[in-house]
Amino acid sequence: MTAGLPAGVPAIEAVDVSRTYQLDGVSVPALRGVTLTVDPGEYVAVIGPSGSGKSTLMHLLGGLDRPTGGRLVIGGRDVGSLTPPELATLRNRTIGFVFQAFHLLPRTSAVDNVALPLVYRGMGARQRRDRAAAMLGRVGLGHRLDHRPNQLSGGEQQRVAIARALVTDPTVLLADEPTGNLDTANGQAVLALLEELNTESGVALVMVTHDNEVAGRARRRIVMRDGAVVSDSTAAAGGVR
Amino acid sequence: MRFAEAWRVALDALRANRMRSALTMLGVIIGVASVVLLVAIGTGAKREVERQVEGLGSNLLVVVPGKLDIGAAPAVSRLSLADVDAVSRVVGDPARVAVTVASGETVRAGRRSDFTTVQGVLETTPAVFTRQLGRGSYLTASDVDTSRRVAVLGASVAGALFPDRDPIGQQVSIAGVRFRVIGVFAPLGQSLGVDRDDEVHIPVTAAHRLYGTQRIDGIAVKAPDRARIDALGDRIVAELTRRHPDTEFSAVTQQQILGVLGDILGVLTGVLAAIAGISLLVGGVGVSNIMLVSVRERTREIGLRKAVGARPRDIGLQFLLEAVLLTALGGLLGMALGVGAALAADALSPVPAAITWWSLALAFGVSAAVGIVFGVVPAQRAGRLDPVVALRAE
Repeated sequence: MTAGLPAGVPAIEAVDVSRTYQLDGVSVPALRGVTLTVDPGEYVAVIGPSGSGKSTLMHLLGGLDRPTGGRLVIGGRDVGSLTPPELATLRNRTIGFVFQAFHLLPRTSAVDNVALPLVYRGMGARQRRDRAAAMLGRVGLGHRLDHRPNQLSGGEQQRVAIARALVTDPTVLLADEPTGNLDTANGQAVLALLEELNTESGVALVMVTHDNEVAGRARRRIVMRDGAVVSDSTAAAGGVR
Repeated sequence: MRFAEAWRVALDALRANRMRSALTMLGVIIGVASVVLLVAIGTGAKREVERQVEGLGSNLLVVVPGKLDIGAAPAVSRLSLADVDAVSRVVGDPARVAVTVASGETVRAGRRSDFTTVQGVLETTPAVFTRQLGRGSYLTASDVDTSRRVAVLGASVAGALFPDRDPIGQQVSIAGVRFRVIGVFAPLGQSLGVDRDDEVHIPVTAAHRLYGTQRIDGIAVKAPDRARIDALGDRIVAELTRRHPDTEFSAVTQQQILGVLGDILGVLTGVLAAIAGISLLVGGVGVSNIMLVSVRERTREIGLRKAVGARPRDIGLQFLLEAVLLTALGGLLGMALGVGAALAADALSPVPAAITWWSLALAFGVSAAVGIVFGVVPAQRAGRLDPVVALRAE
């Protein structure tokens, strides 16, 4: 199912990656030399207190931002050498995003929201709708195709967002606090869905969270503090329960 | 992203903000409508003047002292009836030569009076200028030869002096001298706000006696041959110059008059269109303003679109098409409004108006171009937004 990377090539590889912001002429380092790889099909949780650089790392891994130092390779392509349009195409092909705030287009039906990434592939309307409808069916919303976001519950909205992230068959699914705006029951259901998709389709799942319990379900945990990775541990098969 | 897709997205965005889209369009609508309307009025005025000049009679040649030029001071005439005879010999047919000596006079009948233009003329006038008589008869050669005090009234003069009786056979006094009414012109109506029926014709000889002068203001010749009209004019000017070596004369054809008037009215139309164009420009600034607001409001949407793979160009195109759609729709509505207003003005008011295809094409093209020009900056701004920053926006 995942985009064709040769066996053994990591989905994402970061070598000594740093990101420094310029705020009113003052350099503010958000990431200081992070080195990690994400392999196809992995399940990784990134945790750390706010301000630890989790979100910055997430934006870099997703190709939304470029590092100010180090080397970042996504899907076999060096991000530092790509122009903004090339980076956009790379995101479209290899990355799926799930945000805490869902980021669905209001006034747009669930199926059209899911089909949005396919628009930027130049896919025809009929084919887009078919694929989006199939993906909505897969996240259990086959009966909600033409509902608008404001007609859906929070849990359903996040499922629509997950379907949108996966409709392009990405290599990596980046989820930034995907349960942060949901109650416990819906949060659990969304987590279960993400894990199921990770297992079934082989898409790598990288989830940013500040919830230790949530992070505990991942096989691999990356702990961040002050813009650096302080621990990167892989549990025995079955996860850290 | 496919082009058709971008159109659909732009249309959806406009629909989502109907009120704002309508108000933004209003600026463009007014701009385009005023361009169309003012150009129509300018064109209508030009056609009206051309129609009148052509209505003077075909192959007309007007001979006046001095230079016929816009801005030249009118020359004092030294032409006399003897010169008219000389011109008649050059033309070879006295029936083709008309003259005028005009003066503003008060004409009275009983207790009614009317201030009008009294023209001393020859009996040839109706034939040369193609004027129709409504009632009675026109001046005759013998009226002119004997300075008979007879008058032919324009329709509105007849209406003012004799509202309730037949003027034929009645007496009028012109500058205190009594004249007998022998005819009334068929009405010509108004054009460009000027009453063309406000005149009285009397024999040129009677006019000379009345005004105490021998002068002729101008000579009009109905040329027998359109092809050689310029040559005829040259011969007439040569003859008059021979008779008055120290005076300059001009012979002007209808075509030349049309040319000069056409130039003036063309400039006028251009100025009107330029003024209307300024309002179109203001409408364009409004479009630019609203597009900037729209980009700011939809920053999160832009961030999301970029995250899922929209290139800067895709986002830019989406907003550019939105601006073009606003101005193009506004342009179409403005054209409809402008055409409607021009047709209404033409039908309901004395202002003539004529729709020209070039003005419609120009107004629409300019409005679409305004959308592109004023949409580019907001569109570029949207396209260049940093997706990370955009996604965080509230």
